[in-house]
Amino acid sequence: MEKRTKLAEIVGSQQDTILKDWVDFQLNAITLRRDLMKESELREQSREFLNLFTQAAQTGSDVGEATWKPVKDFLGQITRSRVLLGFPPSETATFIFSLKQPLFDVIRAAVKDPKDLVTDMWTTTTLLDKIGLYVMELHQQNREEVIHRQQEELLELSTPVVQLFENILALPLIGTLDSARTQVVMENLLQRIVETGATISIIDITGVPTVDTLVAQHLLKTVAAARLMGADCIISGIRPQIAQTIVHLGVDLSEVTTKATLADAFMIALQRTGATVTKSAASKTKG
Amino acid sequence: MERIPILKMGSFLLVTVQVDMHDRLAMTLQDDLTGRIVKDRAHGVLIDISSLEIVDSFIGRMIGNIASMARVLDAETVVVGMRPAVAITLVELGLSLPGVRTALNVDQGVELLKECIEERAQGNGHVAG
Amino acid sequence: MATLRDEIYPIRSSDDIVKVRQITREWALMQTFSLVDQTKIVTAASELARNTLEHGRGGEVRIQALQEGPRRGLRLTFTDQGPGIPDLAKALQDGFTTGNGMGLGLSGSKRLMNDFDIQSEVGKGTTVMIARWK
Ligand SMILES: Nc1ncnc2c1ncn2[C@@H]1O[C@H](COP(=O)(O)OP(=O)(O)O)[C@@H](O)[C@H]1O
Ligand SMILES: [Mg+2]
Repeated sequence: MEKRTKLAEIVGSQQDTILKDWVDFQLNAITLRRDLMKESELREQSREFLNLFTQAAQTGSDVGEATWKPVKDFLGQITRSRVLLGFPPSETATFIFSLKQPLFDVIRAAVKDPKDLVTDMWTTTTLLDKIGLYVMELHQQNREEVIHRQQEELLELSTPVVQLFENILALPLIGTLDSARTQVVMENLLQRIVETGATISIIDITGVPTVDTLVAQHLLKTVAAARLMGADCIISGIRPQIAQTIVHLGVDLSEVTTKATLADAFMIALQRTGATVTKSAASKTKG
Repeated sequence: MERIPILKMGSFLLVTVQVDMHDRLAMTLQDDLTGRIVKDRAHGVLIDISSLEIVDSFIGRMIGNIASMARVLDAETVVVGMRPAVAITLVELGLSLPGVRTALNVDQGVELLKECIEERAQGNGHVAG
Repeated sequence: MATLRDEIYPIRSSDDIVKVRQITREWALMQTFSLVDQTKIVTAASELARNTLEHGRGGEVRIQALQEGPRRGLRLTFTDQGPGIPDLAKALQDGFTTGNGMGLGLSGSKRLMNDFDIQSEVGKGTTVMIARWK
């Protein structure tokens, strides 16, 4: 029991010394990225961590215990912000591992019995290793989340919805459609329909090399969803091979208006919205 | 008791359905609305569901019922303002609201109702002639 | 797989169905599901809560917020001690209903979610588990 509390006692009584040494270590570490974080912020984070660490250490060094939760929560918070700022994992790890030296120094000064010293050093080093690993995992997890989000944002960027006329939107799809991209594209289209009040949308797939069952189904579902919202869709640019595939796949497009080209679809859309197109006198004489 | 308000707009009725409708409220609306169609001699009903965050099969059935009952009472029904997420979900759920007309917003809904009623008037003219 | 939160709510009245919808929405938000995903999950929850109340004579729902690596999930388990379902295959068909519903609750929820599992025993009750992952 006595040994378990010793670490906490030493750390508690020498907090200021440890903090100063620790911050110095971090400031001198080659991994430090001064461009990413201010010194004052680093000092503040270190101080708060050491406070929480001291409190938790009083109850023992099992980081699985509920008493260590505040420490973990705090680490979660700073790791998240570090990942968002673009910190490399080494920097996040340094934050924890550089605490070892200052802790060892105060323990060495405070513990006289060599046997106790070894035990305390061992406890401290395993504890910090565990926390270090935990932080690395957090870092990795946060990185994955950031990458995931960036992928989603990229998807949205690659799917522009354009307004062709008062009540007419067009969605020119270019490139391979996978299920995830189709879904994002379609959600965007429906959102734009609400925003613009457009009653007809043309989904042009001229630039799409192939269409598989899932994608065809997504297209159909979008048309159905738009219809439920009170808007119509026309699919244009279905090339002969794709038409064949669609029939082979057993996808029923009979309920959907389809046109060979975007221009044909646009003419139909204009008609349906009550607009007319006429050639001006000038172009007539030229033509 | 809590009720969903029904507003009169010319010869149309406008129902704005609030967020999170519980089942009893939905049933009351059916009763209230059919009563009002007769009393106000309404030719059209607009159901604005733009504040509904979900439509499940129960609410879907209620909307379908209202449209059928209204038709029997010689009124057209248009559902307006369904949110994209709700529409996507309904398609996946397998509900297509057959026999219910839809429009993006109240303005377009009013236009659609006028068109329907005009068409029907012309249709009747043919029968009479 | 880690369980971030785990709670149980009763389904005894039509107000409870509204409550289940609200709670499911909150939890789906907490798990940072997209708006469309939230809507799908809440709709499925609404369908199954109504089944628990109307076909199962009431019961409860257990809701769990899950995490597996970077993936987050939401799982709902609806349990009742009602009459049970004699023919599961039939009950899972689109349009099949023994009441005056649309018969889309079970089949539709299955389509709206990633995981769907149903256990039922006549005279004992029914348990339906659904989950969605992001
Ligand atoms: N919890 C339950 N207990 C008993 N029977 C159920 C339960 N859930 C569903 N069922 C049966 O399965 C059928 C289909 O359910 P569902 O697809 O939700 O359609 P609906 O509720 O509209 O009838 C129900 O009509 C009912 O017979
Ligand atoms: Mg049901």
